Amino acid sequence: MSDLKPQTRHIADRLESPLKLAVFSWPSLLLVVAIALFILNSFMSPYFLSAWSLSDATFNFTEKAIIAFAMALLIISGEIDLSVAAIIALSSTIMGLCLQLGFGTSELVFVGLFVGVLCGAFNGTLVVGLGLPSIVVTIGTMSFFRGISFIILGDQAFNGYPAEFAFFGQGYVWWVISFEFVLFLFVALVYFVLLHKTNFGRQIFVIGNNATAAQFSGVRVKRIKFILFCLVGLMSGIAAILLTSRLGSTRPSIAQGWELEVITMVVLGGISILGGSGTIQGVFIAAFIMGLISFGLGLLNVPGIVMSIFIGALLIIVIALPIIAGKIKSRLKA
Amino acid sequence: MNIFKKLAVTTAIAVTLAASPSLATERIALVVKSLGNGFFDAAAKGAEKAAAELGDVEVIYTGPTAATAEGQIEIVNSLIAQNVDAIAISSNDPDALVPALKKAMDRGIKVISWDSGVAQDGRMVHLNPSDTGLIGETIIKLAADYLPEGGDVAILSASSTATNQNAWIDAAKEILPTKFPNINLVSVVYGDDDSVKSTNEAKGLIANHPDLKAIIAPTTVGVVAAAQVVTDMDLIGKVNVTGLALPSEFKKFIDNGSSQAVALWNPIDLGYSAVQISHQLIKGAKAEAGATFSLGSVGEITLDDAGSAAMAAPFQFDASNIEEFSKIY
Repeated sequence: MSDLKPQTRHIADRLESPLKLAVFSWPSLLLVVAIALFILNSFMSPYFLSAWSLSDATFNFTEKAIIAFAMALLIISGEIDLSVAAIIALSSTIMGLCLQLGFGTSELVFVGLFVGVLCGAFNGTLVVGLGLPSIVVTIGTMSFFRGISFIILGDQAFNGYPAEFAFFGQGYVWWVISFEFVLFLFVALVYFVLLHKTNFGRQIFVIGNNATAAQFSGVRVKRIKFILFCLVGLMSGIAAILLTSRLGSTRPSIAQGWELEVITMVVLGGISILGGSGTIQGVFIAAFIMGLISFGLGLLNVPGIVMSIFIGALLIIVIALPIIAGKIKSRLKA
Repeated sequence: MNIFKKLAVTTAIAVTLAASPSLATERIALVVKSLGNGFFDAAAKGAEKAAAELGDVEVIYTGPTAATAEGQIEIVNSLIAQNVDAIAISSNDPDALVPALKKAMDRGIKVISWDSGVAQDGRMVHLNPSDTGLIGETIIKLAADYLPEGGDVAILSASSTATNQNAWIDAAKEILPTKFPNINLVSVVYGDDDSVKSTNEAKGLIANHPDLKAIIAPTTVGVVAAAQVVTDMDLIGKVNVTGLALPSEFKKFIDNGSSQAVALWNPIDLGYSAVQISHQLIKGAKAEAGATFSLGSVGEITLDDAGSAAMAAPFQFDASNIEEFSKIY
């Protein structure tokens, strides 16, 4: 009879200890890669370890990374936006147009942000409102937005931006710390809190894992997706202001090809391209990795084409590594 | 003893100080619009040639994969970090590169642009491949050289709004009565740099002017279209096609006789001259209006008020050298 005495069984909250999870997580792996790259770079080139060199190098990725954070959220929700570079072009062109009409710095900033959000809302309306696949919509708007820039500018350029406007892309907050870099850190923090510490962030993960289930659980799927498109547009608007300020001019070919670099950054950061998982920390470190690679190879005067091979190879390795490790693990267990 | 020691140390320091500048190699970066372009690879060859002649000069040949201003800015930043002595750039954007190149100049790097220029505050010297007058004269000369008794010629241009084309044609018209009195320019037509339209315009010229001896097309698209028309209509030997052409695209028409000679800037000389100018700036030459720079074996330039100068008349390609240059660009 005593056999029937109820037994207490301990069920763990988590399968693995939090510490172990943190150590073997994607961001940690990326961090190791980033540190390795940093050390490698300092050995490869005598010019790498200089405050000004490193500061100059941050400009290679801050603008793209600022878009990548918003893009990460959008991709986690199961959508994508390929029109970000075109939004930069359109936003920059409209700013240039307003400059000709005599707008001042603060109005130009407002115009840049506004055009960005408007483009994002346009994408969002087509995807959410009409239920079109986002990849198709944004391939379309990619040509559409940039096309408008080309119509406005042709082979001309807008320049003569006011001196204060140059601060956003060329200014320094303190010593070698640029305004762009500070903004990048701030945006990273905002998106970290938004994705990992709020209900809104939780809902994005739920949508990405199962939009139908999310809908039935009372998550306003369409509204959240629409907001995410607007956020990506807003971030593209910010990037447009920074880049225009840094270049001091606008041409319709501005930021050509950036959409793929932004998405590479997001995927390298461990955001599942199928949606539903990923972290902001990963994207944050991935931004540094991309910057370290392009600057490190640049210092060695490695041709650009070899650089893209490196980034491509790194992307494949970093993505394949955990899968291969998982397969080995399961084979060992079996 | 002590004095000797001090003396020895001082001498050693003095020798090191005196010796170090001459030991340091001059590093000149040749930044191009994009890599994998035969025109720029040829310029790099010329740059290496200049470096070999000058001695103690290292050429860093670099450029982005895609022809973008952003890509070139990244490269300029890494060159600033490497503290190169000079940057010679063929830019993808005359304005967008200015802030980055200004930063380079602030840090003591000499900056020149060549081929495709940068706005004046972003560089010290700009080297044009050629200038309007020289091009206008060359395109007429190309036709006149093979017309000893003179005759009717016509120009097939790109679009009627293309600033550079119009300037060249105006220069050509200006020089005609004085230098080429027996050449008669009968018509100027526009093919819009479109193969089909250029072909139709060339056919129209031949139909409307039965005595036409030469078609001059100062555009790489138009010249190929015109030569194709002459070939197809069996007019080889009757109508000579000439103008500005890429040797690689145009070789077959020199070979089949539809054209005697064409011209274009010589990228080898451009790269060579860019390094020569950079070297003189590093050595302390001042870039100001009226300053003269030697281009080594290419010649000499004098800067105008905008700090720019033209290298030479377009380089002529004919049966003797088209084979060699068609492999380059």
